[in-house]
Amino acid sequence: MNNHLLRGHAPITDAGWTLLDDEARERLRSALAARKLVDFEGPKGWEHSATNLGRTAAVKETPVDGLRAAQRRVLALVEVRAPFSVSRAELADGDRGADDVDLSELDEAAHRIATLENLAVFHGWSAAAIDGIAEASPHPSIALGDGHFEEYQRHVAKAQQLLLEAGVEGPYGLALGPAEYTGVVETAERGGYPLLDHLREIVSGPIVWAPGVHGAVLLSLRGGDFLFQSGQDLSIGYDHHDADTVQLYLEESFSFRVATPEAAVVLRA
Amino acid sequence: MGFDQYHEPPEELSAQTRTFARMCASLTEEAEAIGWYEQRISVEIDAEAVAIMHDAQGEEFKHFSMDLELLLRRTPKWREIAKGVLFQDGDIVEHGEAAEAVADSDTLVAPAVGGAAATSGSLGIGGMRGGGL
Repeated sequence: MNNHLLRGHAPITDAGWTLLDDEARERLRSALAARKLVDFEGPKGWEHSATNLGRTAAVKETPVDGLRAAQRRVLALVEVRAPFSVSRAELADGDRGADDVDLSELDEAAHRIATLENLAVFHGWSAAAIDGIAEASPHPSIALGDGHFEEYQRHVAKAQQLLLEAGVEGPYGLALGPAEYTGVVETAERGGYPLLDHLREIVSGPIVWAPGVHGAVLLSLRGGDFLFQSGQDLSIGYDHHDADTVQLYLEESFSFRVATPEAAVVLRA
Repeated sequence: MGFDQYHEPPEELSAQTRTFARMCASLTEEAEAIGWYEQRISVEIDAEAVAIMHDAQGEEFKHFSMDLELLLRRTPKWREIAKGVLFQDGDIVEHGEAAEAVADSDTLVAPAVGGAAATSGSLGIGGMRGGGL
């Protein structure tokens, strides 16, 4: 149940909620890079607390002799919340049909929480016991070189070669940090053929703008290698309000684990 | 006039359920008409006739959409699932499974304030495998 979001208690009309949800959805979809590249399981609901790892740890002492005990190991989901506020006057204008309602704090919150999700998946989040794809990869990282975007084609081909040599089949996807993504999109080679098209031919899968990623990561999309489990999927909840503003938040719960570390290669900035 | 849209004795159904059943029947008929026009257009060689059939099929698109919208407005769980599936990029089956899971985990009770928009919470984003350039 999503009743804990307390949306029914907010001084927001149905039209206002639709406005907020649509805006959040649009902002999040463009920035949620990890979900475009890894396996997504769920959402399993707010009550879902942990991911089954299928493993146990021995319990060394038992209070009765002649027994063996083992305790199940699980990966606890992490809850993430990004607070933001919305002006009640702006929401009222939206109800009147204004199409330029100021939702800048929502936009910033959406970017923050999407960046956090990408960071956790690609670079890990030790405080939340999440190992990231980049840190888990056993392959040597490949240096992209500062600003040498024309060399990216060669670097990505090398990364793909490493995956093939490790027996990791495609299709592959490429997560690019914001600076790298901009460089790729803007770079055309001498013949005028865009670098992006060259990369697309090598990768054979999506090339994704990934805020929070440092450098780039090439990974297999064959499935079963990188596992994102959603408890509560991204939702907007209500915190409190006063005469002028409504305090809301974006929230989700998730876990992430790497099942096949060799299925990704890091291209470092 | 037939009463085929009722699967149970009509006198035992509420007026609300009878309306729901009529709209479901209407939705089916509109979908059938869309399919029929598609077939006719594919074989018709008279350009003038094709233009008229395209126009007529457009009407059926509108009718189908209006029927569907009314049914979704009156069926919160259906609406919730549809929100997670319709007009989304990516894998349709994955979106469907995710939307169903969300709908099953939500309890769409009448809220103290606001309507359906106030009670649903998930943005229905789910997995987006394959998205990007």
